[in-house]
Parts: sequence; C-alpha cells; structure tokens
Amino acid sequence: MNMFLETLIGGLLAGTMYSLVAIGFVLIYKASGVFNYAQGSLLLFGALTFVTLTDQGVPALGAIAVTIALLIVTAIAIEKLLLRPLTNRSPMTLFMATLGLSYVVEGVAQGIMGSQVRALNLGIDDLPIFLGDIMISQFDLIAAGVALAIVVVLSLLFNRTRIGIQLRGVADDTRAALSLGIDINRIWQIVWAVAGLVGLVAGLLWGARQGVQFSLSLVVLKALPVLIIGGFTSIPGAIVGGLIVGAGESLAETYIGPYLGGGITPWFAYVLALVFLFIRPAGLFGERQIERV
Amino acid sequence: MSEINLPAAAEPVDPVGLKALGIAAAIAVLLAAPFLASEYWINAIIVPFLILSLAGLGLNLLTGYAGQLSLGAGAFMMVGAYATFSLQLRVPDLPLPLALVVAGLIAGAVGLLFGIPSTRIKGFYLIVSTLAAQFFFEWLFLKFPWFYNGNSSATIALSRGLSFFGLEANTPHGRYYLTLGIVALLTLLSFNLIRGQTGRNWMAIRDMDTAAAVIGVPVFRAKLQAFAVSSFILGIAGALWAFAYLGSASVQSFGLTRSYQILFIIIIGGLGTIRGAYFGAAFVSLLPLALDWLFQHVFGGHVDAGLLQNIQKAIFGLLIIWFLIKEPEGLARLLGLQRAQGARRRLFPS
Amino acid sequence: MTTSAGPALEVRNVSLSFKGVKAISDLSFQVERREICALIGPNGAGKSSLLNILNGVYIPDSGEIVFEGEHFRRMQPLEAARRGIGRGFQNNALFSGMSVLDNVIAGLSRKSRVTLVEEAFRLPRALSQEKAFRARALDVLKLFDLEKHAETVVGTLPYGVQKKVEIARAIVAKPRLLLLDEPLAGMNAAEKQEIAAVIARLNRELDLTVVLIEHDIGIVLKLAHHVVVLDYGRKLADGPPETIRDNPDVIAAYLGAQHAEAAA
Repeated sequence: MNMFLETLIGGLLAGTMYSLVAIGFVLIYKASGVFNYAQGSLLLFGALTFVTLTDQGVPALGAIAVTIALLIVTAIAIEKLLLRPLTNRSPMTLFMATLGLSYVVEGVAQGIMGSQVRALNLGIDDLPIFLGDIMISQFDLIAAGVALAIVVVLSLLFNRTRIGIQLRGVADDTRAALSLGIDINRIWQIVWAVAGLVGLVAGLLWGARQGVQFSLSLVVLKALPVLIIGGFTSIPGAIVGGLIVGAGESLAETYIGPYLGGGITPWFAYVLALVFLFIRPAGLFGERQIERV
Repeated sequence: MSEINLPAAAEPVDPVGLKALGIAAAIAVLLAAPFLASEYWINAIIVPFLILSLAGLGLNLLTGYAGQLSLGAGAFMMVGAYATFSLQLRVPDLPLPLALVVAGLIAGAVGLLFGIPSTRIKGFYLIVSTLAAQFFFEWLFLKFPWFYNGNSSATIALSRGLSFFGLEANTPHGRYYLTLGIVALLTLLSFNLIRGQTGRNWMAIRDMDTAAAVIGVPVFRAKLQAFAVSSFILGIAGALWAFAYLGSASVQSFGLTRSYQILFIIIIGGLGTIRGAYFGAAFVSLLPLALDWLFQHVFGGHVDAGLLQNIQKAIFGLLIIWFLIKEPEGLARLLGLQRAQGARRRLFPS
Repeated sequence: MTTSAGPALEVRNVSLSFKGVKAISDLSFQVERREICALIGPNGAGKSSLLNILNGVYIPDSGEIVFEGEHFRRMQPLEAARRGIGRGFQNNALFSGMSVLDNVIAGLSRKSRVTLVEEAFRLPRALSQEKAFRARALDVLKLFDLEKHAETVVGTLPYGVQKKVEIARAIVAKPRLLLLDEPLAGMNAAEKQEIAAVIARLNRELDLTVVLIEHDIGIVLKLAHHVVVLDYGRKLADGPPETIRDNPDVIAAYLGAQHAEAAA
C-alpha cells in the first residue's frame, strides 16, 4: 500500500511539472490557434540563457531579468516574422512552421551557448520528506507549488485584468475581437511572451532536475499527451492532464513495467493519450469541434 | 495565399523527339553515374540521397497527398530494417529483394495499425499516433535482444552483405544499382497510384475532409491505404539505409531526428508532389557539403562539427519557415520545373 | 430496396442544437419522388444543418429521417452516398488544381472495384475501370455542355462553370436524391437562369428528386414544385410555390414583423 501511495504521489507531483509545460502550449493555442512545437525550444533557450549568464558570474536576479527581456524580444520577433505572414493558413502549416521555429531556436541557442550539459542550481535541495512511511521529494513538492502559483496568477490575469479579458476575447472569436478594435498582434505578442515566461519557469525547474541540455526541448513531446488528455484550450485541463499522465506513467512503470522489461515511460503516455482520443477526441476539457460542410 | 498561376489548358505536347531524347539522356546518365563519379560520392552522397528520396516519397504519400501528418517516418524505417535483418538471419534462403518486399509488407502492416487512430483523430492530434509508434519501436528494438540477435552493440547488419538474387552487390556500384533500381520501381508504382483513384481519394481526404465522405470517397479505407503504402515504402527505405548505406544500424539511426529530417525533406522539396522528395533529399544531402565548403573558403579551416550541426539546424528551420510562407510547394515549384500538365499536380493547400 | 410508392424523403420531428442554440426545432416535411423541393428562409434558419443531417454529417438530437422507406436517425456520410444521396456544397468543395474531368471522376470513387496493387502496376482491370470512369464522367460533362473543358484546371474557370462541375460531380454516381446548398449563390442573372435550367433538366431527364436551398425567391418560385420555409429552425410554411408567395408569415419572417403588420 505504501509503495502504491508513494508511486502515486510521486507521479502526481511529477505530473505537475508536465502541466507547467503544457500550460505554455494552452496559452498560445487559445490565443493564436497554433500548437507551438517550439515551446520546448523556448524552454531550453530560457534555461540555457539563465545558466550561461549565472555561469559567467551574473547574479541570479540579473540573469532572470536579461532572460525575460530576451524572451519578450523573441516573442515579438516570432509574432512579426512567423505568425503574421502565416495568418489564415491551415493549422498544419502553422504547426510545421513552429517545427521549423524549434529548429531555429535550438540551433541558435546551442550554437551560441554550446551543447554540453549544464547543471542548474536553484537552491532547492532534493531532500526527501516523509509523510508517515511515504517518501516524497521536496523538490517535486516545491515544483508543484510553483505550478499552482502560476495557475493562480494566470487566472487572475485572465479574469481580472483588461488585457486578460481581451485575450479571452481573441481566443474565443478572433474576428469579433478585431471588430472591437482589439490589437490582435499586440495580444499575440503578449501571449507568446507570457508563454515564454511560463516556459522559463518550467525550464528552470526541469533544468534543475535533469540538467540543462538539448533533451530539455523534448519535454514538448511529453506535453502532447497531457494536452490530448486535458484538451488544448483549458488550463485546468492541462493540470488534470498532467496529473493523469504523471500518475499513469509512474504507476505503469512500477506495476506493468517489470513484465515488459522496464523503461516503458517514453511511450506509455502516448498510448494512454491514444486511448483517451478514441473515447473523447477533444480531450477531457477541450471543446468539441463542430464540422462545417 | 500565395499567388498561384494556373494555366488555362494543358501545355502543348513537346515534339516527341525532343522529349524522348531528354528521357533517354537522363536514363543514360543515371546508368552511367557510378562510372562518372568517385567512390566517395557514390557511397557518401548519391546512395543516401536516393534512399532519402525514397523515404521522402513514402512520407509524402501519407502527409503530402493524403494530408495525414506523421512524425513516425523513423519508426517505420526502423521496422523495415529490423524485419529485413530478421528475415535474412532466420530465413537464409530468401533472396534479398524478396526479403525487402516482405519487410516492406511488415512495415506496411505496422503502419496500418498505427494508422487506425486516424479514422477518429484529425489534424495534428494525429501525430500522437505516429509519435507513439516512434517511441514504442525505439524501446522495443533495444529492449529485446531477439531483434538484434543478441550482439553486444545492439546493432544490425547483413552478415552476407547485399546481394541481388545471388549477384553480389557489396561494392559501391552494386549498392548504387540496387538502390537505384528499387527507388525507380517504387517511384513508378507510386506515380501510378497517385494518378488514379487512390490518389484522388487521398487528395479528397486532404482537401475536403468530411465533404470527401459525403461525395462518396471511402475515407476510412483510403486513410488506412495511405498509412500502409507509405509505411511499406518507408520500411524498404529503412532497410536500404541500414544495409546499402550505413552497413550496420541501430535504433539511433532511425530516431525522432530522422522523422523530422524526412518531414523537412518533403516540406522543402514540395508537399504533395512526387518530385518534391527528390529535391528535398538533394538539398538535405548537399547542404552540409555546401556549408563545410563555405566555412573552409570563407573562414579558412574546418569548423567544429557541433557548431556546424547547430548552424545547419538553424538554417533548416529558417528554410522551413521561409518555404511555408513564400512557397508552400517547395523547391518543386521554385525551380520552375513544376510543369502544368493541364491538371495532374496538386497544390498543397496552404 | 426502393419502394415505388410513398415519398422519397420524409423528415420527421427533427431537432438539432449546437451548444444550447437550437438550429432546428421539431421539423417535419415530406418530399415526393421526382419533385424539386426548395428550402428557403433567412440566414441561420437551419437549412444547411438539415442537409448535413441528411448526409450524415450531423446527428439530430431527436426525430428521424425516412429515405426511400428506410428509417434512420444517423447515417454515416459514406453510407448516405451509397444509398443514393448526392450533395452539392455551399463552397464548392472542388480540387482547384485538378482538371474538370478528374474532379468529376472523384464522385465515382465509391464504385471502384480495383485494388491498390492493380492500380500500382497498371494491370488491365485498373486501366479498363479508369477508362470506364472517364467515359462516364465525360458523358455527365456533356449534359452540362462542359466536355470542351474536360482537361481544364478547375480553378481557372468562372464561378458559374465551377458550380456546374460541382453538380456534375454530385450526379455522376447516379444518385436518386440530390441535395444542393445554394447552387445559385454568387452568380449573375444569366448564370442563375442557366443553372436553374440545368437543375430542371436533371430533374426531368434523370428522374432525380432534388432538395435545394436557395435565396433567390424569383428562381425558386419558377423552379420548385414544393417550397418549405424555415425560420429560426422552425417550419413556417410548406406547400406549392404560389401559396408561399402570399403567405403573411413568410413575408413577416423575411421583412420583419412591422411590415407584416403594415400589410395586414
């Protein structure tokens, strides 16, 4: 029983890390209707910039400030050079463009800052906490807390600020928003910047966990099952999806893994997502697409 | 939408003499190539170019013509390679060409399996299925020694090398002709499929989605056919990649990066065209050479391999974006070789 | 199999809603064989949605459809096609980069009996089927006076001609019921007359039952045998064209309640 709870809780907490990454996707998808394959690359870019700066002796706060500035600039550049020329193109085209973008960001980031693994120390020790007989990772707990905090901040942003409401308007009906005089391009820049920041937080946490290296950008591949299960347009969905994937992976590896030789985590989440898609093609919280003929 | 110039009627037929001469010349060059090019070029550039073109062709049928996005090209190539290995190992009397066909069929069946979700899942959600295939097979072929016959490095290679019904093909020339023959044959077969009912069905699914079923296109069946045919070709391409180019291969040779690469090939070369795969593959094969040459002459001396890779990566990414913005039909159109045969080609919807 | 008596199509108490908005409310009407039935009504009245239900794209929340004696609530789109329901779309779902002939042949897709392998190797059966399909498509094009455009790329043709191609594709597989969604939209008067004449011809010569959505009341009154008026998803009127024209409810729906009051 203890092992079950430990595995479950560990999985749930790890899942919040996935959720954190997924939230970045949801933001962009809601506002621009595009699945931003480059989110992982932006994550890597953010973490790499931070680590490079701190390695050079720049104090943490300064490094964060510079990184944030860079991410904002990047968001603006992406909006101007990628999104605008590709307005009204098919979702597949946009997706492939973000695939290309991921290559650009990774190539540039690693070209400038190198491809070796870098350790990232956020000052959070990965000490075990004991809840009775159950061991929980302190790091995971803090990461979950951060994820929760971000969700709270974002929902405040969307529901209480003017920009947030405009954002929701754009997500809901772009044309109507335009006719109301909302500056779509500005909104997109803001959304991509916010997504970049969320990505930065996620990148720092992941980087602290497994080192800052190329494989960081592959977290995007973990986000996909999360989004499939939780829906592409819902932040609560991203949380729930992350929890399901995290717990599912953890439990599967512990209980099913041994029969298959172990190491099934790379693909298990995907199979899980496939099953979900068959049952609910739009995800748990996603909006069902109405076909128009 | 980019401006598309559609001629109102079919281009006048070339005087038969000139066209036939052109084709004859092209065939002559293709057949004579090994004698005109150095061994290095054949082994390192031409053969991989042909194989990548084949892989691109396979993927283009699925993604470019039938509109089903796939990031699993690597997985299906892997299945073909490993299947060929197993067949050669365990059914030694099977001639290599037949082994390739059987391996292709196995890959096709696997493709069909992972294509079943496409009947329910649309758009880029579909990449979940092909990514599942990608990760699953990367795990499978590493986890169970049966697949690589237990050798310590988990690689596969053909113990007897390449042969064509008894004729040895382990030389650069042999590899070239074997590859060329297979690629030419499969291209021809694909071309026939595209021009007929199957091609029309695929394009209907890509362009009209639900409306396709309404006008009577058997969408379910056609989607599965797309996956099956595409994976069949990718499987054979994978086997060729492993044994006609690399010599020995492992799971790494067919990782997610390979899937990206094949997708990039068809985006740059031209989605929804047969020749697109060739242009894209040529580009991908020659770019590293060009960059290296550039660095040598402009900056003097070779550049660090890691940096070169990253630069290439960035350039590819930029090109993808550029092509998607400016020329969704890729190099196939850009090079003006997109002859308007009245109506045969299909513009990829942008 | 088809029953020789009885209406070709019956819509019985069909209701449909999207996210709480009722697109169609308890709609019932019948279409007789070989009749041209026009669905008219202001935009958003649920007309396209009804056609989509008939083609199996939408599932009604309640009610059923009876087509040639068979009852169903939902048919798969492919099955609807197989049963002989043809469809023309509002936005002309054509391959703009392919020839007119290829577009029309696409409508014969479900009749193909040839396997992949036969096609790939261009075996005799595949070649002869392709030939037969081309011949049939060409015959249909002749009905529309389009055979000279057979090899023309569809995207280069005027809108009115494209519409004809679309209708040609819809009938090439010999449907028994033809559903047309605003076939005259975006055309000038001359083109409209032409297409209307084509539809009338098809109805006469091919024994085709036609249900069409149209906004041009003038054409509708001349072309249709039977008119059904929808407003906000409800049936407002149902009968021969003459009775519809003077129906005060219909006038009110189109022009607004005040005018109806003024007319009363």
